Amino acid sequence: MTVVAQLQDASRVYPMGNTIVRALDGVDLAFERGSYTAIMGASGSGKSTMLNILGCLDRPSTGKYMLGGRDVSDLEDDELSRERNQRLGFVFQAYNLIPHLTVLENIEVPMEYGDVPPHEARERSIALATRMGLADRLDHRPNELSGGQQQRVAIARSLANDPVILLADEPTGNLDSKTGKEILALLDELNAAGRTLIIVTHDPKVGARAHRTVHMRDGRILRIDENGASA
Amino acid sequence: MTVRRLVTLAWKSLWLHRLRSLLTVLGIVFGVGSVVAMLAIGEGASQEAQEQIRRLGSRNLLLASIKRPQAEDAGEARTRLLRYGLLRKDLDGIKSSIPEIARAVPRRDIPLEARVGGRKVSTTLMGTTADYAEVANLRIQSGRFITPADGHARKPVCVLGDEVARKLFRSIDPVGQELRAGKHYYRVVGLLTRRGEGTGGTGGSGGESDMAIFIPLETMRERNSDLIVVRSSGSFSRESVQLHRITVEAASGDEKVIERVAASLRSFIAARHPDGDVRITVPQELIRQAKESKRIFTIVLACIAAISLIVGGIGIMNIMLATVVERTREIGIRRALGARRGHIVSQFLAETVLLAIGGGTIGLGLGVGLPLLVTWFGGMRTVVTPFSLILAFGISALVGVVFGLYPAARAADLDPVEALRRE
Repeated sequence: MTVVAQLQDASRVYPMGNTIVRALDGVDLAFERGSYTAIMGASGSGKSTMLNILGCLDRPSTGKYMLGGRDVSDLEDDELSRERNQRLGFVFQAYNLIPHLTVLENIEVPMEYGDVPPHEARERSIALATRMGLADRLDHRPNELSGGQQQRVAIARSLANDPVILLADEPTGNLDSKTGKEILALLDELNAAGRTLIIVTHDPKVGARAHRTVHMRDGRILRIDENGASA
Repeated sequence: MTVRRLVTLAWKSLWLHRLRSLLTVLGIVFGVGSVVAMLAIGEGASQEAQEQIRRLGSRNLLLASIKRPQAEDAGEARTRLLRYGLLRKDLDGIKSSIPEIARAVPRRDIPLEARVGGRKVSTTLMGTTADYAEVANLRIQSGRFITPADGHARKPVCVLGDEVARKLFRSIDPVGQELRAGKHYYRVVGLLTRRGEGTGGTGGSGGESDMAIFIPLETMRERNSDLIVVRSSGSFSRESVQLHRITVEAASGDEKVIERVAASLRSFIAARHPDGDVRITVPQELIRQAKESKRIFTIVLACIAAISLIVGGIGIMNIMLATVVERTREIGIRRALGARRGHIVSQFLAETVLLAIGGGTIGLGLGVGLPLLVTWFGGMRTVVTPFSLILAFGISALVGVVFGLYPAARAADLDPVEALRRE
């Protein structure tokens, strides 16, 4: 299997007052194409920092981050933006939809930045929304949708530019358990279709659905559980 | 992202906060509005002034008799005979000694009452020669102007200004009729076209011809002495004036020629009238002065405009900075989804420029509308020049860019991770 993303001895340090905080401390971790990884840990364990680096929102202070065979740890801001736009899809706990845009317009945002022609973007966003079961909500604004529906819009948006990796940060954190399960099932489905999936969570039930669970503490990997059950 | 998409996006986001957007651009609205309006009023006033001066004739130089300043306030002036002003021999001297002049036309004014039947009107009897009509640019409505033959024969004929004719003869054609001016009778041989005075009505040679009766200078000299008795507030003052005005027409309208004639006239008058009882007016110099004062007015206006637009721009910048803070999360989301810094800059810049141009456009409406009101109610001439429209529009766009750059740069420099974390 091909490795699509790999952290090599990656560290991230922040100065905080007089001390230096090591949010991520020499992590080695590889993600294969089509894999499903859950990253778990208490708050402050470094899982968010790791997600930010994996998502090209942040750069490791030392070490490397290889994305699709290319070292992206030293890229310029514009290059990182392009990587985020083309290779990565984000699903957030708080959905993070833009409030004054409609469902379709929200889904189109990544395509606008990827210079997809407007009519093609419109076609694609309609197809994605329909696939997420939002066909009758195309012109609604986020505040007219339920939490589950909003998260579906967010997932549709994350798929807009057909990314290699889907990054989900507590995707069910703001949802009731029934809706949460539906969203997780949707993510399972996307993974089953071949999409590499990385979920950050503190919920063991969510973690248990992944092929493997990476446990973090104090910026280091504590242990990695392979979950044969879901394979 | 296309420009069209950018503008649509900016418009949507501004429309979302309509009232705020409107309040934000008020500075620009009033800045641009007042500049366009003031330019229009200034241009109108300037054109009006230049036209008035031009009516005096751009080839002309005017000599006028004025009371000596020191004599005017002396108490004894009332009882004594006051002798001042241009002399007939001055006219001959000018004609013979000053080169580059086409002609010199004299005029003598006597204020008096004219009557026809029971109607009477206060008017000025002006004695002059045939050339005066041409030099003063008077037009004949019916009949003819006085001729050299009238003068030689000392004929008792007169030409009426439009308003005098109206007051004395109402709707009757005055040509061929008789009127009495002072103690003497005159036959009307011509009627002048109304000069009016634009909308302002501030005298000058245009307006005074409407209220005047012209007769041959020779006729006037025969019938009236040089003595004029002026009745003012119950007392009499006696003045002796040979000529009130000499209009000198230069041989050409060329600036250099006018300058030379003006210089010769000045030294001629300075030699003969050292006590300052003759004033020389050169319309072409006045036009130059009018243009100069307009230039100063424009500069002052530009300064006011710059200040008000800077204030307006700061107002916009202030709101945009607040908007950036308010929309930090949106910026974070857009960055996470692949927006480059340039995308964020253009998004916010598009909003500020749209705001500024929108404000500029409303201001233009104001700036075009206000002069219309001034013309309508104040009777002043106003001229909105295309230049001022382009200026206002261009400057407001420029204000948008200049004052939008900083907030846009602030927005683009936000750290995506930090921005996403913001509630």
